[in-house]
Amino acid sequence: MHASDNLAEADRLTTVCNSCRYCEGLCAVFPAMEMRRAFDDGDLNYLANLCHGCGACYVDCQFSPPHEFDVNVPKVLAQVRGDSYRAYAWPGFLQPLFDRNGMAISIVAALSVAIFILGFVLWHDPDVLFTDGGNFYRLMPHNVMAGIFLAVTAFTVVALTMGFRNFWRDIGANGLKGEDTPSLWQAIKDASSLRYLDGGGVGCYNEDERPTDRRRIYHHLTFYGFMLCFAATTAGSVYHYLLAMPAPYDWYQLPKLLGTLGGIGLIAGPIGLLVAKFKREPDMLDTARLGMDTGFILMLLLTGLSGMALMLLRVTPAMGILLALHLGVVFALFLSMPYSKFVHGLYRFGALTRYAIERRAGH
Amino acid sequence: MDRDAIDVLVVGGGNAALCAAIAARRAGRSVLVLEAAPKFYRGGNTRHTRNMRCAHDAATDFLTGPYTEDEFWDDLYRVTEGHTDEALARHMIALSKPMLNWITEQGVRFQPSLGGTLSLGRTNSFFLGGGRAMLNALYLTAEKLGVEVHYDSPVLDFDIEGGQCRSVTARIDGEMRTIRAKSVVAAAGGFEANIEWLKEHWGPPADNFLIRGTPYNRGDILKRLLEKGIAPVSDPTQCHAVAIDARAPKFDGGIITRLDCVVFGIVVNKNAQRFYDEGEDFWPKRYAIWGRLVAAQPDQIAYIIFDAHSLELFMPSLYPPVTAETIARLAEKLELSSEALTATVNRFNASVREGTFDHTVFDDCRTEGLDPPKSHWARRLEQPPYYAYPVRPGITFTYLGTKVDKQARMQLAGGGSAANLFAAGEIMAGNVLGRGYAAGIGMTIGSVFGRIAGEEAAKHAR
Ligand SMILES: Cc1cc2nc3c(=O)[nH]c(=O)nc-3n(C[C@H](O)[C@H](O)[C@H](O)COP(=O)(O)OP(=O)(O)OC[C@H]3O[C@@H](n4cnc5c(N)ncnc54)[C@H](O)[C@@H]3O)c2cc1C
Ligand code: SF4
Ligand code: SF4
Repeated sequence: MHASDNLAEADRLTTVCNSCRYCEGLCAVFPAMEMRRAFDDGDLNYLANLCHGCGACYVDCQFSPPHEFDVNVPKVLAQVRGDSYRAYAWPGFLQPLFDRNGMAISIVAALSVAIFILGFVLWHDPDVLFTDGGNFYRLMPHNVMAGIFLAVTAFTVVALTMGFRNFWRDIGANGLKGEDTPSLWQAIKDASSLRYLDGGGVGCYNEDERPTDRRRIYHHLTFYGFMLCFAATTAGSVYHYLLAMPAPYDWYQLPKLLGTLGGIGLIAGPIGLLVAKFKREPDMLDTARLGMDTGFILMLLLTGLSGMALMLLRVTPAMGILLALHLGVVFALFLSMPYSKFVHGLYRFGALTRYAIERRAGH
Repeated sequence: MDRDAIDVLVVGGGNAALCAAIAARRAGRSVLVLEAAPKFYRGGNTRHTRNMRCAHDAATDFLTGPYTEDEFWDDLYRVTEGHTDEALARHMIALSKPMLNWITEQGVRFQPSLGGTLSLGRTNSFFLGGGRAMLNALYLTAEKLGVEVHYDSPVLDFDIEGGQCRSVTARIDGEMRTIRAKSVVAAAGGFEANIEWLKEHWGPPADNFLIRGTPYNRGDILKRLLEKGIAPVSDPTQCHAVAIDARAPKFDGGIITRLDCVVFGIVVNKNAQRFYDEGEDFWPKRYAIWGRLVAAQPDQIAYIIFDAHSLELFMPSLYPPVTAETIARLAEKLELSSEALTATVNRFNASVREGTFDHTVFDDCRTEGLDPPKSHWARRLEQPPYYAYPVRPGITFTYLGTKVDKQARMQLAGGGSAANLFAAGEIMAGNVLGRGYAAGIGMTIGSVFGRIAGEEAAKHAR
């Protein structure tokens, strides 16, 4: 029937929830459930990726454990979701990276940092690591740096695209048509505001039945922090290549300004998310995937921390090591994106788009 | 908390109890809530609810149109066939209007009626996230206001003299305690989970009843109060009972074991004989009689039989239907006589008059020359596969209660009112609901009388 026990359990829950429907107003998952009477694996993966894990349906459910019906929607959907990341990953032989994901990410990160350190040392002489001139490009020429990151980004984009294709096909969605534009716009709004991470309006449920909006705030800090850092890098390239204004920049110049703001978000956000993760009601957690969850958050945190440290200590002898650290971490972050929790955003956005289309079609 | 300095003691932890506790606390009194159930099961039957029925003058974001007090009263009068106290009921209905606002102020949130329940969209306000979400909100508010709550802490006895409750015995967090409170609100539910008590009035058939909600509403409080001179109201066989899936657990199966398909097929007993008009009226108006109907059948079991035409016309439920390609085979699977069921279905099919089937109106599809008839929505069972759900009486809650006045004050069997004893919710539902049921009124009774009881208890404790 179903490809895994987790999917079979998710199917059982759809039967329970579809005969109950009390959670219909909490998020998109339950209305999407109600549009169907039978659920194949693709449908269940769609629902799982639509779920934001806000926890409301767990604390509100009269049948959650210890009730004998054992209804635990956030946990089961988290498990199905985690399995789906592995199943969609491209190329297929790299799917096992999801099995011990925390470990895999750590190894990739450590290796990347080591390679950058080694690269600097081999390229120049060891002393260069400890120069304090504050000039990155003495360690690594800008073109080399840009080239390496362009290459890894290209690979990542291809792998993510292929993964998304697998997801989109699996959930049985069609190609987007012109008339789907409003749905796409709706999905963009829903995703960027984390509309469904609000427990139906009061905030999400994490450690107990008292709602707070903290997780949504931390996620916003993380996501928008990341985007600002990305924008800072892009601005840097524009300054460098188009305006012929190489680094370093003053605090008020775009690369620095965006980078500072983004860095703060990318430090505060992930710390908040980590704390929330460890305080979360254990019954709602997919404990088997704690490594994947924390691994990705830690990578973001490391990115933020090393970036900020680099900025603050640029004119000290620590610069060389910090640069290797930062570049190594960012390199690893990008390289591992298709094989890390990063993909959750992509599939969630796909699921929200599908949901918006279904809603408009008025099923 | 100093056990001797409590103003208001609330017994129970459901909607009625929490409304009373919040109202009393908002009036400035110290409030202690004792709930027999562990924290997860707090709020007994309230956990399982989805809506409440309140009068309102105009449509709102969540209600599709006005529902006047008079219309509410007409509905109540009709379902109870007059077994209600008009003055008290009208008082409750009048206070149900401001209740929508008041309960929202206590943190409860609403949403439009759920998919599959459109017929209630005008009259009933649905809780966002269901009854447990509603309860969580009330508990959060009570907690913020400083109400003290203990779980796993049943009240065991009352010391009542001359209509005055002098003290209450309870096991609080495992320790026996005697508590003196200035006022006591009893909101501990009916006795539906007490099979022995049900058997006293229903006899052995009660062994086959399933209890839809909490196992903790055992009626201990009600029994003590009636023993100690409080006047009873309604009678012990009156209750809300529906036909639910026979495979449901003995207790706490909740909403998802209900079956909404009676009107689409026929219902037979264990002898494969029909016993009531399945198409008498719309389902929302008739569902609450089927529990009693099935209770009157041998072994308290019945089977809803329908065919492939109807499978997707009603809300899905927890257990899949029993399925077979022929009626005879279906009978075998149900352990019924194949000949008898085939004969019943053939007789039914032969008496069906052609008509235009439409389950949203009183259509002209009915039987002729059949006893009992099926007055509407009668279609031949002829499209395999055939389906069946076994059903048993599912008891929602009992109506026997403590008699109260407009201040929710308990009345004494010997005449007069109790000085400091108040009641709200199921434990006094029989005052306004002597029989029958109107969807959502259980919560109205709990909230309105809970609030009254809390306010009056607070006044008395001044
Ligand atoms: C499946 C189901 C669905 C329902 N749906 C609806 C609906 O949608 N709308 C509606 O209006 N009604 C509905 N009802 C009816 C509704 O649940 C009740 O009318 C309402 O909840 C009664 O509230 P209450 O506070 O009086 O009782 P409860 O909520 O049952 O609370 C009674 C409490 O008293 C506690 N208690 C019992 N004995 C003791 C003791 N000795 N000491 C201390 N505490 C004790 C119990 O543990 C329990 O928590 C439904 C009922 C069921 C079973
Ligand atoms: S999670 Fe529980 S309350 Fe919510 S729809 Fe499912 S069964 Fe009902
Ligand atoms: S956890 Fe939140 S988002 Fe996920 S299904 Fe439950 S209510 Fe919806």
